[in-house]
Amino acid sequence: MKINLKIWRQSGPDAPGRLVDYSIDGIDQSQSFLEMLDTLNEKIIKDGGEPVAFESDCREGICGNCGLVINGVAHGEKGACTTCEVRMRSFQDGDTVTIEPFRAKAFPIIKDLVINRSAFDRIMAKGGYVAVNTGSAQDANLLPVHKDAAEAAMDSAACIGCGACVAACPNASASLFVGAKISQYTWLPQGQVERSTRALGMVKQMDAEGFGDCSNHAECEAACPKEISIANISRMRREYTKALFAEQGS
Amino acid sequence: MSDAKILDAKIPEGPVQDKWTSHKFNMKLVNPANKRKHTVIVVGTGLAGASAAASLGELGYNVLNFCIQDSPRRAHSVAAQGGINAAKNYQNDGDSVYRLFYDTVKGGDFRAREANVHRLAEVSTSIIDQCAAQGVPFAREYGGTLANRSFGGAQVSRTFYARGQTGQQLLLGAYGALMRQVEAGSVKLFPRREMLDLVKVDDLARGIICRNLVSGELERYAADAVLLCTGGYSTVFYLSTNAVNCNATAAWRCYKRGAYFANPCFTQIHPTCIPRMGETQSKLTLMSESLRNDGRVWVPLKKGDDRKPSDIPENERDYYLETKYPAFGNLVPRDIASRSAKEVCDEGRGVGPTGYAVYLDFGDAINRLGKEAIRQRYGNLFSMYHEITGDDPYETPMMIYPAPHYTMGGLWVDYNLMTTVDGLFALGEANFSDHGSNRLGASALMQGLSDGYFVIPYTLGNYIASTSMKAVDTDAPEFDQVEKEVQEYIDNLMSMDGDKTADEYHRQLGNIMIDKVGMSRDTEGLNWALEEIPKIREEFWKNLRIPGDAKDYNKELEKAGRVADFLELGELMARDALERNESCGGHFRVESQDEEGEAKRDDENYCHAAAWRYLGLGDTPELVKEPLHYENVIPSTRSYK
Ligand SMILES: Cc1cc2nc3c(=O)[nH]c(=O)nc-3n(C[C@H](O)[C@H](O)[C@H](O)COP(=O)(O)OP(=O)(O)OC[C@H]3O[C@@H](n4cnc5c(N)ncnc54)[C@H](O)[C@@H]3O)c2cc1C
Ligand code: FES
Repeated sequence: MKINLKIWRQSGPDAPGRLVDYSIDGIDQSQSFLEMLDTLNEKIIKDGGEPVAFESDCREGICGNCGLVINGVAHGEKGACTTCEVRMRSFQDGDTVTIEPFRAKAFPIIKDLVINRSAFDRIMAKGGYVAVNTGSAQDANLLPVHKDAAEAAMDSAACIGCGACVAACPNASASLFVGAKISQYTWLPQGQVERSTRALGMVKQMDAEGFGDCSNHAECEAACPKEISIANISRMRREYTKALFAEQGS
Repeated sequence: MSDAKILDAKIPEGPVQDKWTSHKFNMKLVNPANKRKHTVIVVGTGLAGASAAASLGELGYNVLNFCIQDSPRRAHSVAAQGGINAAKNYQNDGDSVYRLFYDTVKGGDFRAREANVHRLAEVSTSIIDQCAAQGVPFAREYGGTLANRSFGGAQVSRTFYARGQTGQQLLLGAYGALMRQVEAGSVKLFPRREMLDLVKVDDLARGIICRNLVSGELERYAADAVLLCTGGYSTVFYLSTNAVNCNATAAWRCYKRGAYFANPCFTQIHPTCIPRMGETQSKLTLMSESLRNDGRVWVPLKKGDDRKPSDIPENERDYYLETKYPAFGNLVPRDIASRSAKEVCDEGRGVGPTGYAVYLDFGDAINRLGKEAIRQRYGNLFSMYHEITGDDPYETPMMIYPAPHYTMGGLWVDYNLMTTVDGLFALGEANFSDHGSNRLGASALMQGLSDGYFVIPYTLGNYIASTSMKAVDTDAPEFDQVEKEVQEYIDNLMSMDGDKTADEYHRQLGNIMIDKVGMSRDTEGLNWALEEIPKIREEFWKNLRIPGDAKDYNKELEKAGRVADFLELGELMARDALERNESCGGHFRVESQDEEGEAKRDDENYCHAAAWRYLGLGDTPELVKEPLHYENVIPSTRSYK
């Protein structure tokens, strides 16, 4: 089938960008969306041009590396999947598809569709863990965890850090990302000791990185490839408020 | 072989159970106050790299940690699904450190080092404790204790898991520990960097040259030791279950600087993957092995039978695994299942558009247990399959075909995980040490974390405490020299202005590798590969096209460098496979089989690790052997009939 593309091209962080038209024939239904872009790139290279820069790695929806806004929707209209999981089967011959990077002030563009998400790492450095040195752990079964709590923690921990939540949010807020991490540890006994410092540290860093506030649009939840619930955001708010009071009280 | 280094594995004395304990005591320690004066480079942030960097940071070393992705959390380890083994014996089903040791040595078909494997089994239990303490959301029983499953045909339930995302959760645990050290200032992160060469000073590994993947600039880093945790090389086959950026470059460049490469031909081809569907396919997706518990594998009895599966009557189907291996049936080990699939497809009885696929049929299981029960067991996998292929496995049999998945070979390391270059260590899938010629399911995650959390913190300290080295910084002439060589190499790559892309060469190589150096290998095919690969390489270095600028974000340049290395590594794999004229584990030599077509190991001639020493481009590398001794697990023949 034939696909028409409008792709965001931008040669560097400070260069102006624009949508460029391409059209590519012979696309097979069985191809993935990224394989369609591979095919396009091979053609561009053969024609003497510069290929479209985009990122991917696992190509099975777990590493969080890929992430494109497809026809205005982060990871595409299908929902509950990453860009690399989108298949060409869901397009029709002659369709026009617009492809843009995830956009947010805190995610500057590096080139074309490639963005810098290191803000997420800096947020994680402020408490996205349980502080336990190697070798100091007790036998794992000495710390029972209720099955339901483990399942709930896993629901939050499923986040792949792709940034679709930020791209989808009208305020470019990272609340779903941060809320998911904070929530994971609220469910687990291991997470209790640092509960307040984690909430304070991560939320403050999120603000410092220039992510916006959450105003309950729930676009993040709709875009999340791992279907992480916005309940994580309410939990983050509670945790943060409690921690603030505790901090001020002490 | 005269001036070759003797391969001394430095295995400690004493009974296998005591070796690690006594070695830990005998090793020298670095004074706590001195640790921060020692810089350690850790290349890679997968399970091996992240756990090593975090643990060394906690100890007080000054750690520099590199990865090619934008964040350490995206290392390929994130994709592991099934689980991680540990000899906890929480199930009271007869597991023990000794049994895990035994199973791993036997599973590796007697081509792994006993002492290493025993240590791996010993520390396996601490790994689970460590990860649980980090808040890794492992699956739990109702009472709150950890749940286990039996994996990959093991007779005990020793596999710990976090849904189908075990690798992700373990990696996020290690990544968290790493980020904590970043915050503490003991680890400095360098994402989007590709290590392109090793710098030696006075024959010791003292630094690396990296390309900054955003600016394209070359950068230098100096240290007292370099840890390579850069993963495996299954992507030499082009299509594999590995992430598309997995590569052999760091290990290969170290090989060219004097690190021996061991058992390159030992690769694992996983039987249950979604088959290739078209020319432009970029990777193969693994389907959990658990599917073989209820699915029945078959192909049509007749060649070229292109009827729909539902139109092929029962008596015209060949359930070849059940007939050939009545005792194990569809649950035979990975290598046997893979090879059998290839055999029937080579006979012309394969199915699907390419003829290289077999059916995995759930029809009987659905009739027996009902659709709902099957949905509960495999719902996720079925919908993933449906999504990718467009076929509904509740209605029509799945199609599967084996795919390259894991590489047991890697840089040769001694018991301390040090390569033949002093000060250069290799951890995780990048080394060769623990899995022999075949890796058991759920053992790679265990090995990566064992190396990083529990082995290297000791053995690195011993190396630093017992080696005298001068102060070195990146102005040293050795850095000038290596950087100059890297720059010339990049200039050469960029200068050709030919008309084929790196991917085209990669696919060309991949076809040869899977066909001749894949599931079964013979003299003729290997010799052919040894002739063809250099031809492709020659053409590559004349006719490659890389658009854009080297001093810029340039994916094509990245790919080209990796393909250039694969074009050399592929040849070494073929050479190693040819040299090893026996069948063992994942390595099947057509010439070495018994009357019934089963793999025949040759302990008399091949009970060794084959380590290759680089002698210059175009020269045949030298084979150096490390003889393997089995004092505890006596070599026996695997039988699954
Ligand atoms: C689909 C799939 C499922 C699997 N499931 C399981 C399972 O259930 N259980 C199990 O035990 N094993 C499983 N495995 C195997 C296991 O995941 C891997 O063997 C293991 O994770 C490898 O870890 P590692 O730390 O050695 O390397 P990796 O995780 O591959 O990390 C390599 C690191 O090195 C970096 N790197 C590479 N080259 C360079 C360079 N030149 N410069 C700088 N950095 C570099 C990368 O950026 C990355 O950070 C699975 C594998 C696959 C493909
Ligand atoms: S490439 Fe890994 S999630 Fe898409």
